[in-house]
Amino acid sequence: MALQKEYLYYPGCSLHSSATAYDDSSRAVLSALGSKVVEIDDWNCCGATAYMAIKEMTAFTISARNLAIAEKKGDHVVAPCSGCYVGLSKANNYIKEFPEVQKKVNTALAEGGLSYNGTVHVRHVMDLFVHDLGADELKKFIKKPLKDLKVGCYYGCQIVRPKNEIDSPEYPTTMEKLMEACGATPIDFVMKAFCCGGAILGTEEAIGVRLIKNLMQSAKKNGAEILVTPCPLCQMNLDAYQRRAAKKYGMKFDIPVLYFTQLIGLAMGIAPKKLGIGKEIVSAKSVLKQFL
Amino acid sequence: MRKQPDIQREGHMDLGFVDEVAAIPGGEKIVDCIQCGTCSGSCPTSFLMEDSPRSLIYKVRAGLKKEVLQSPDIWLCTSCYLCYVRCPKNIKVTDIMYALKRLSCKDSPIQRKGYHLAKSFMKVVNKYGRNQETELLLRFFLRANPIGLIRNAFIGLNLFIRGRMPIFPNKIKQRKQFRAIVARAETLSN
Repeated sequence: MALQKEYLYYPGCSLHSSATAYDDSSRAVLSALGSKVVEIDDWNCCGATAYMAIKEMTAFTISARNLAIAEKKGDHVVAPCSGCYVGLSKANNYIKEFPEVQKKVNTALAEGGLSYNGTVHVRHVMDLFVHDLGADELKKFIKKPLKDLKVGCYYGCQIVRPKNEIDSPEYPTTMEKLMEACGATPIDFVMKAFCCGGAILGTEEAIGVRLIKNLMQSAKKNGAEILVTPCPLCQMNLDAYQRRAAKKYGMKFDIPVLYFTQLIGLAMGIAPKKLGIGKEIVSAKSVLKQFL
Repeated sequence: MRKQPDIQREGHMDLGFVDEVAAIPGGEKIVDCIQCGTCSGSCPTSFLMEDSPRSLIYKVRAGLKKEVLQSPDIWLCTSCYLCYVRCPKNIKVTDIMYALKRLSCKDSPIQRKGYHLAKSFMKVVNKYGRNQETELLLRFFLRANPIGLIRNAFIGLNLFIRGRMPIFPNKIKQRKQFRAIVARAETLSN
């Protein structure tokens, strides 16, 4: 198995603001693995969760604008953000499944001189590691194994659900294999694909904080020293609200949360700075000190 | 005195409501619901709901339009899709929750915080073509949750220091074309 020479890349809005570390580490790791990343020209919002809650057809259409632009250049679009992955692939699947959706989307796209034929394959960056590269191949690139590091793999929701080609929707295990390939010791915890609350932390904080408490408690009980995730919103929520959750429920959490690409990059011997390590709120310095 | 049961008469029901909800792509499956409650048991936020997803589906089918669209519970759906993948009748429960959110924007006079967040998000995206997290949060918190702005100021500062909260918006180049597409799409909504 091997990565393709080139992938069309859809970073998404978060990777240009709060999750630059994910953008930097994804690009650095893919390029070190010999793959070229080509950003989609003038991409727009994927029509994520919040847009979908107000206008469905418009959300599908703006998602399809990206796919239409990508279609001219290639057929595999890679999105590192789980929200974008679901937004783009949901629009893509609906366009393929329901001809009336495709017709409406194309009518609207025609207004901007675009059309989409439904030939693009939307993929998550984790999917590339799992299906194109494979954990065994990844092992060959590891220069600084993360020996004895106990990693909790937190998937969140939107990478494994609703439809995906990556892993089980309820009990995924692929990220653990990648972490094992990096020399780390993945720990198992039951809440690994349970919701972190998503945008609810802005609207109903008490509910979100309770969900975070449940997650962190489960990870801590099973011995996680560090968590890795493939989703910018999960990273943000767990990183920024774990101390608030700990305070509210009289517990203590001090578990840094990184993107899985950051740990892979570190194990491959890429400089921590290039991977955006240090941008997390709960610092990973002490846990990672022997590898930095 | 015994409490009078809350009886809804057929005249109070809007029997066309289920069709409005079922109008989403693949939405017709809602009539297959067997009320097993797998969705509610799977839902991470149902412990706080008065009307869990199962109950909402029941009420949609019973035509209790006003009650459903005014329920704060539809805005507690975090879109985690656990109900969706577990439903034994393959009902796209999460998509139904989205449909209820959209219908409540149209028909309900009560606007919940979730609505304001979604609306602010849409405004920012329509303006720049992309989401600008800083502006989105300011718009939303000032409009619907000013206390949240104060509570989260420290987190905002922490993100800012680490270069994770840019001040200048990230815009697309072809904003005119983008807006033309959006405007046309809005005329085609179902």
